[in-house]
Amino acid sequence: MSRVAIIGVGQSEFVRAYPGSVRELAFEGFKEAMRDARLTTKDVQASVICSAPEYDKQRSPAGVFAEYLGLNPQPTFYVESLCSSSSMGLRTAYALVQSGLHDVVAVIGFQKMSEISSAESQERMGRGADIQWESPFGTMMPAYYAMYARAHMAAHGTTLEDLALIRVKAATYGQLNDKAVYRKPVTLANLSHPEDRMAGPVASPLRVGDCCANADGSSCVIVASEEKARVYCKKPVWILGLGAATTSVNLAGRDLFTGLTVAREASRQAYKMAGVGPKDIDVAEVHDCFTIAEMMAYEDLGFAKPGEGKELIRSKATYKEGPIPVNVDGGLLSKGHPIGATGGSQIRTIVLQLREEAGPIQVKSPEIGLVHNIGGVGLYGNVSIFGR
Amino acid sequence: MAEKKESDERFKKFGTVSFTSLTKTNDFIDYLEKGAIAGTRCKDCGRVFFPPRADCFQCLASHMEWFEVTGSGRLVSFSKLEYGPAGFQDDVPYSIALLDYGAFKVFGRIGKEVPAADIAVGMPMKTIVNRLPNGQLNYVFVKA
Repeated sequence: MSRVAIIGVGQSEFVRAYPGSVRELAFEGFKEAMRDARLTTKDVQASVICSAPEYDKQRSPAGVFAEYLGLNPQPTFYVESLCSSSSMGLRTAYALVQSGLHDVVAVIGFQKMSEISSAESQERMGRGADIQWESPFGTMMPAYYAMYARAHMAAHGTTLEDLALIRVKAATYGQLNDKAVYRKPVTLANLSHPEDRMAGPVASPLRVGDCCANADGSSCVIVASEEKARVYCKKPVWILGLGAATTSVNLAGRDLFTGLTVAREASRQAYKMAGVGPKDIDVAEVHDCFTIAEMMAYEDLGFAKPGEGKELIRSKATYKEGPIPVNVDGGLLSKGHPIGATGGSQIRTIVLQLREEAGPIQVKSPEIGLVHNIGGVGLYGNVSIFGR
Repeated sequence: MAEKKESDERFKKFGTVSFTSLTKTNDFIDYLEKGAIAGTRCKDCGRVFFPPRADCFQCLASHMEWFEVTGSGRLVSFSKLEYGPAGFQDDVPYSIALLDYGAFKVFGRIGKEVPAADIAVGMPMKTIVNRLPNGQLNYVFVKA
């Protein structure tokens, strides 16, 4: 089987309130990826548009974007799996290319969360869970992940300080990322001082500083067949492994609360397809929508044994200079989390790392990179492995 | 003129804000009205479902009977919310939680009268029906 490559990546700056429309936002990530790949719009044979649609006023944005981005009359369609939409878009593009249906496909993720108020946004996020049986209790994303945090602490002795260390790391690198929404430093003292905003309670045991920031943003990944990649691109990054999994939306249907089964299953598939293991990963982007999510990712991806994720952050093993650098672009915590754009932004970071074009956050000579992108509260899991 | 057919919207009564009005599991509300929390069991294979469902994916059939949730479960985890989503602002603070009954689990809230200091992962709790100030019905967990 021939290979499939990523030949261009781009993203907008992630911002608190984008001063433009969704089609203009999508253009920003698309423009950067197209310039990166040195393509014209005629070269793109199809586009896959990814977001969580309940934030959009525009119905069926795919058709609107295709026209605005100059991608008529090529086909376009929509892919949605909450926060992992654009990783699912990558999976879709891989299948389109590998099937021979198209040679070059653009995966465009976007979210303009500021189209609606913060309270409305929280209500919609609660409805990313089971609206029949759980949402009537007043559920929200932070509270669900907080339940995982509580269970992890009870089972493994993980502490609030361990979680704060993950936030401190994210902020260390967020300051170096000129696309990040949050570029200030964060210290342990910020998360422990009762009067500090970062220490404010959200959903116990999680604090303000444990939660990622809502943001508006877009991302774009250009996927190509091996033949086209050889023509268009000097440094193609190859898709080595793709994994995807689902579980019960209702927590009552689950058995594991110290990790995410979808991440374990998706990583098992991706490692198998790529023919590599956790020790082969040189740089990783994980879905740190909350600090506990990164802790669980360490364990679910096999970077640490279950319960030992805290040792990785305590020893700074996941810093840029460590054996397994994780989220050296600031992660969702500092870079921001525009739902549909997040997976594409994570992929962009790994592609730039593997091309050794990551600037101040470049890790030393990485060969293999991994993206872990989760939709909902561990409802959808995507793990993708890339090599140069 | 033909008479408008009345729809069975009992499920609108579930929780502070219900997002569902039509479901084949509407009898769940009748059980709540009687003070009981009920799940469903497939008459063909015996599989139990909580929350209840009308259809068994194992048998590809819809032969369900109701059973009542009794006894106590173990507290798997919980979180106290300081902010609520739209429609729930008047309820905060409140704690959501999960109880493990062995054969099934129940997701809900912890009763407001349970002292925060007493709540710990692993503790036995039971599920009781609760009538909210706005007349809606839900269920909460209290010490077993």
